[in-house]
Amino acid sequence: MTTLLILFDVLLLGTLLALAFAAVLSVEPRRAVMLFIAFGLWLSLVWARMQAPDVALAEAAIGAGLGGALMLAAARRAARVRRSEANGSTMP
Amino acid sequence: MTKDPGRSGADARNDAAAAARAAERDRDLSLLLAVLLTLIGIALLGIYWLALNEAEGPRLADLALGLVPRTGVDNPVTAVLLNYRAYDTLMELAVLLAALLGIWSLGPAPAGFQRSGRALAAMVSWVVPLLILAAGYMLWVGGYAPGGAFQAGALLGAAGVIVRLAGDPSAGLPGEHAQRALSVLGVLVFALVGLALLWLGDGFLTYPPSLAKWLILLIESAATLAIGVALAAAYVGGRPATAPASTLASGKAGARTEPTGEGN
Repeated sequence: MTTLLILFDVLLLGTLLALAFAAVLSVEPRRAVMLFIAFGLWLSLVWARMQAPDVALAEAAIGAGLGGALMLAAARRAARVRRSEANGSTMP
Repeated sequence: MTKDPGRSGADARNDAAAAARAAERDRDLSLLLAVLLTLIGIALLGIYWLALNEAEGPRLADLALGLVPRTGVDNPVTAVLLNYRAYDTLMELAVLLAALLGIWSLGPAPAGFQRSGRALAAMVSWVVPLLILAAGYMLWVGGYAPGGAFQAGALLGAAGVIVRLAGDPSAGLPGEHAQRALSVLGVLVFALVGLALLWLGDGFLTYPPSLAKWLILLIESAATLAIGVALAAAYVGGRPATAPASTLASGKAGARTEPTGEGN
């Protein structure tokens, strides 16, 4: 039972680190935001595993949900600005 | 970046040299950053190792848990957030308000999304009332189980995000004046309760145990509304559309936000 739990924890932490690196290292903003949302949801699992349901709730709702929505909107706007700059117009 | 077709070879060589210098500078900078980050990482590992090997000493947790019955709530997390460290929570609400003011100062909100189709509209009309109900539950349950103002406010904010995604440019929020009033409500009620207690001689945000439950509920209700409005307004991403009278005065901004989503 304990070995199973340790295995579960290692899997949990390994995936968390992998998601964090993937989010930070990805060049495309939209992809980075998606990975960040996945990271936030996974992190809420880690908080739940650490018996902190309050933090897990806040992380899932604010960190992954609302933060992700805000960053997706920001990435969309940044992409639009970049596109209009590439087209040569000065107005975003 | 404008491309000049009639550019001489010397210019191109100069550009290449400048680019090489810039690349070298970038490499130096990233090397410096890597060294600094490694040092910080080593320091953090050392601190973590020290904390792990520290002898069991007197900790605050036992004292805090023992006094929870006197805080007016049964959930230790809510007791810490709204009673022991109420000052921190007040400051967090102020941070949220400052962030919202920053977003509003960026200019008028961009246009909303196009009107949702029938399936999404039907889902929204089910999900949004459920979210509001869940927010009320979350607020009440925070007294004795995981929950509380921030989670409840996040649910309200999520309802606003869904409403905006379904085509309402104002994310279901009321007019500008009501939005301004609601977004300061959390800090206002929190500070007023604190000042009233100070005036009564209890000290800033030191609740008398008999009243603590109701004061905390009052503060949390106001904070939930303020957090919900702040998060939804942050998703709208700009100053709220002004009232019709002032839209006429600043006609250009109003005209740009008015036709919502028909273009995209």
